[in-house]
Amino acid sequence: MTEPKDFTASMDSDSRRTPVRVAFVTRRTSPQVRTRDDRYVMTYPEVLFRAAVASEILLLALALVSLFWNAPLEGLADPMQTPNPAKAPWYFLGLQELLHYFPPVVGGVLIPTLVVLALIVIPYFGINIEAEGFWIRNRDAKVRTLILVVALVAVFLSWFKVWAVLIPTVAIVALTLVGAFPSAHAGAFRRWLHLKPLPFWIMSWFLIVATILTLIGTFFRGAGWALVWPWEVD
Amino acid sequence: MANLVEEFAEFRKSRVWRSVFRAGSGQSNLHRSLAVQQNVFLHLAAVKVRRRALEFGVTWYLGTLSLACFLILTVTGILLMLYYHPSVPQAYADMKDLQFVVSAGVFLRNLHRWSAHAMVLLVFAHLFKVFYRGAYRPPREFNWVIGVILLMITLFLSYTGYLLPWDQLAFWAITVGSNILAAVPLLGAKIRFLILGGHTVNANALLRFYVLHCVILPLIAALFVAVHFWRIRKDGGLYTGEKSDD
Ligand code: HEM
Repeated sequence: MTEPKDFTASMDSDSRRTPVRVAFVTRRTSPQVRTRDDRYVMTYPEVLFRAAVASEILLLALALVSLFWNAPLEGLADPMQTPNPAKAPWYFLGLQELLHYFPPVVGGVLIPTLVVLALIVIPYFGINIEAEGFWIRNRDAKVRTLILVVALVAVFLSWFKVWAVLIPTVAIVALTLVGAFPSAHAGAFRRWLHLKPLPFWIMSWFLIVATILTLIGTFFRGAGWALVWPWEVD
Repeated sequence: MANLVEEFAEFRKSRVWRSVFRAGSGQSNLHRSLAVQQNVFLHLAAVKVRRRALEFGVTWYLGTLSLACFLILTVTGILLMLYYHPSVPQAYADMKDLQFVVSAGVFLRNLHRWSAHAMVLLVFAHLFKVFYRGAYRPPREFNWVIGVILLMITLFLSYTGYLLPWDQLAFWAITVGSNILAAVPLLGAKIRFLILGGHTVNANALLRFYVLHCVILPLIAALFVAVHFWRIRKDGGLYTGEKSDD
């Protein structure tokens, strides 16, 4: 006689109910083994190939530009003959434009130093890391603070007559406020504004102001740093 | 032609080739990993990367293009050095020689000049792209700081190069810039003296800028670029918004 069985054979796939199982691996139900991970590609050759193509396109473009436009070369340097205006390289013209408004310590030292420091510390501030929509919490208090801060900045900028910074600043703050009160039927753009975090606003403000100052310095400043039209700048 | 390809394939199996490139010529992922790992330059990068990170929209390839500019500038810069004396007024005469005497001298100078402008623009663009896609956040914060240092070096490289033609444009642009330095409280005049080797832009300044532009700054830049790339690997590859593991 055989012992009574203390198990029954059945079909089940739940491991908690039937802990001891014999797996029959048939051809059609074989366990899945990932032989290839499609989300990754090999650096050699895929990344290197793309980098090479990108670089070659750039080289081609720059070579074409170099064939048709010559680098400037003026007369021999002459310390006795100051050109008017004397301009720094283009990426410093925003700075030179600031020097037109502010005393050298402010425009030439304080502001650039603050910009560099601000850039460095960006990733170390929680507000930049969480990047939560600016208006999501404490909206009313933020509206008041924002208006106060902008009013102070506006007084400061008006004092030095820096309209080229004041106008874009006010425009950007207005845009920020547009996002503060999205009504139920607000458009997609307004909802997008509503969700943008504070770092987005500050960086965009910096980018726009820096671009405007650089453009003014490059194209709209002539002799004596007076405002001129681009075709009058030589 | 086909013959040449075969011969090259054969050569890649030879002992000489294998003594240089140990990974050999296989097509397997192992071979491809070794090709990266066993190359002192490539091993700054990971052997595999997220497919998504290669999509154009993620980076716009701006970092890659910044590096490409740096390489173009290195090659054209070395060629320019063959024709350039950092002395007054010979430096200016050398510009004229490049223009009228040296074969393709104008093209060489143009390529160096426009690539320099392009690099400043691309590095700025790269900074903003990295910012707007949130790739500066931990664990990448230190690589962002390295990036800011690279931006400073890029600007300083461009600025020191600006003086070298020794024409009116160069001379007065550097004069304007160094006068800003003099506005630094207390140390201003001293810092300017240190950089110019005098109270005004003169022959000493040209020599100093030359050494900075052709030797010191490129070396520092190369060093920080290496750290920058290595950190990308150590920070888990490019930020794509995907989870880093499975
Ligand atoms: C000489 C200048 C520079 C070179 C050659 C360079 C090169 C690169 C390259 C090739 C990448 C890979 C992905 C990409 O193209 O975005 C990268 C990523 C990165 N770069 Fe730069 N870069 C430079 C300057 C900067 C600057 C100025 C910053 C910011 C302040 C910066 C911050 C970063 C960060 C945080 C990453 C990682 C992004 C991620 O993980 O997704 N870099 N860089």
